[in-house]
Amino acid sequence: MTDAAPLLEVEDLRVEFGKGADTASVLNGVSYRVEAGETLAVLGESGSGKSVTAQTIMGILDTPPGRITGGAVRFKGEELLGADRERRRLLRGESMAMIFQDALSALNPVYTVGAQIAEQFRFRRGMSKKDAMVRAAELLDQVKIPNAKQRVKEYPHQFSGGMRQRAMIAMSLALDPELLIADEPTTALDVTVQAQIMELLDELRRERDMGMILITHDLGVVAEVADRIAVMYAGRIVEEADAATLYAHPAHPYTRGLMASVPRLDSSRGQLDPIPGLPPSLTNIPPGCPFHPRCAHADFRGRAPQSSVSGDRCRTELPLLRVLEDPAAGPEGHRAACHFAEQFVAASPEEVLTP
Amino acid sequence: MGRYTLRRLLQLVPVFLGTTLIIYYLVWGLSDDPFAGKCGQRECPAPYVATMTARLNLDDPVIVQWLKYLGGLLTGDFGRTFSGNEVSDLIANAAPVSFRLALVAVVVEIVIGITAGLVSGLRGRGYVDSLILVSTLFLISLPVFVTGLVVKQVLGVELGWIRTSVPPDPTILDLFVPGLVLGSLSMAFVARLTRTSLMENSRADFVRTAVAKGLSRRRVVLAHMLRTSLIPVVTFIGTDLGALMGGAVVTEGVFNIRGLGGLVFTGIQRQEQTQVVGVVALLVIIYLVVNLIVDLLYAVLDPRIRYD
Repeated sequence: MTDAAPLLEVEDLRVEFGKGADTASVLNGVSYRVEAGETLAVLGESGSGKSVTAQTIMGILDTPPGRITGGAVRFKGEELLGADRERRRLLRGESMAMIFQDALSALNPVYTVGAQIAEQFRFRRGMSKKDAMVRAAELLDQVKIPNAKQRVKEYPHQFSGGMRQRAMIAMSLALDPELLIADEPTTALDVTVQAQIMELLDELRRERDMGMILITHDLGVVAEVADRIAVMYAGRIVEEADAATLYAHPAHPYTRGLMASVPRLDSSRGQLDPIPGLPPSLTNIPPGCPFHPRCAHADFRGRAPQSSVSGDRCRTELPLLRVLEDPAAGPEGHRAACHFAEQFVAASPEEVLTP
Repeated sequence: MGRYTLRRLLQLVPVFLGTTLIIYYLVWGLSDDPFAGKCGQRECPAPYVATMTARLNLDDPVIVQWLKYLGGLLTGDFGRTFSGNEVSDLIANAAPVSFRLALVAVVVEIVIGITAGLVSGLRGRGYVDSLILVSTLFLISLPVFVTGLVVKQVLGVELGWIRTSVPPDPTILDLFVPGLVLGSLSMAFVARLTRTSLMENSRADFVRTAVAKGLSRRRVVLAHMLRTSLIPVVTFIGTDLGALMGGAVVTEGVFNIRGLGGLVFTGIQRQEQTQVVGVVALLVIIYLVVNLIVDLLYAVLDPRIRYD
């Protein structure tokens, strides 16, 4: 590798929760990288490990019950797992910051919004209380909160949902981080506000040339801002590609399932196709491909007569994340963890593959 | 907040009138003959009965007696006991002692209780946590007179570290051990309340945010976890302060302290009705005012509560 180290690199990250027979394998080898100025969207259902990965990167995973059992997290080439606690603390806020899903519970109810932003200037930059409050008001203004000078003195419960999330964003930007992790930043908001918040985040990322990890389960949100998309299932990345490629030729049945479950106005069928079944229990991940019990294709693909593979490959062999031959994919390539990814790439995203 | 405070202050008036009326009725209205047993085995001499009846308005209906008594209170006249002492003098002597004792007890509650709760709440399950849980449970399950007598016996009689009887005008230092005994029960409650509240808050989202902001552990614990956890604790301590002032009868008895609790006790024992009514009326006022302060403080501590 001749390039400089990427802004953030996660490699084969493994995290478990609990002990003995109840051990839940929450992350089973997650790898991704984010460059400066780039937005990586991490997609997946609840419990797929999106947030745990983010918390591990930030160093705010609760251990116990969590336990990092392997892998690496490198920030600009510096290994973070096993790094000094104080070093990691100093990286938080300054180099990497995080926005949480529910801004009402993520903000302390007993302090003013301004005080919570100013706190970082006071205790990380040694500013006086007064100067810090002035800077806090400037930040609120930057995230387009009207009347920032007044609102800086208000409490979180006096803000509307959208304004609270803006305040949360302002707080995360206080120390000019190079990497911003947004953990479902719009899930708790209504649709019109969602678009505004995403627009704001995208604008701020461009202005500051930040790397951004956008964790979400909302494909609509992703389409507009993501450069690359990583799809997670049961603690693994199952597909990764640039946004255009992923939307044009999804290579994993799970990604296709996610897309089919989004309501579309131009759909002729007029009904949604949810993915059947539930995400697997992380204490008991199915053997073979973890997605096979819910995969509409596992059955016929497994015994397709023209296929040279044995009858139940999906049930016995764990598909690894591999680079696909996809001529349409961008320079980053198209990776997927499905035994039959090539056949899906060739088909159009809406096409239902039947025997 | 101003209007709320005013409204609350006005509410104190009917509460005060109601409670004093009940006390007055219980003390004066229920006995057929207030002079029964006053003069030993014999009947009280007629002139004495006449003087006292006139002074205490005993010929009036109880409600009128009460109104006249309230009129006296307004001018600072708490009345006189049968033995001729001004009740206001008795209170003036006893109140500072009770106040000092309550102060010691509250400081003990705050310092030891919150520290113990903080330590055990932060450490989580383990030796220290179990030790604090067991010892506080022990204190809670013991009646104060047992704790008091044991402490007096061990520290005072066996070891000779403290005087078994507190001097008439005691200093804070003289009251340290009795204050510890008086505050022990509430101290145990405060420790447990702080611990639970802290453990609950330590998992709160806003604490995670504070950590993600890169604040120091000290700042996260003190400013974000403890500050929020203290809201229920302060409420408890505030309410308890009122109880400590008047409810120290047992502790005062054990250590021979002449405070307000003792005044009520001796008043009942010697059938000094004026003394009982006077002290209890004062305690009612203290209790009401302390409660009002706690309610106002609550709004300061938790900005989500607004009274206007």
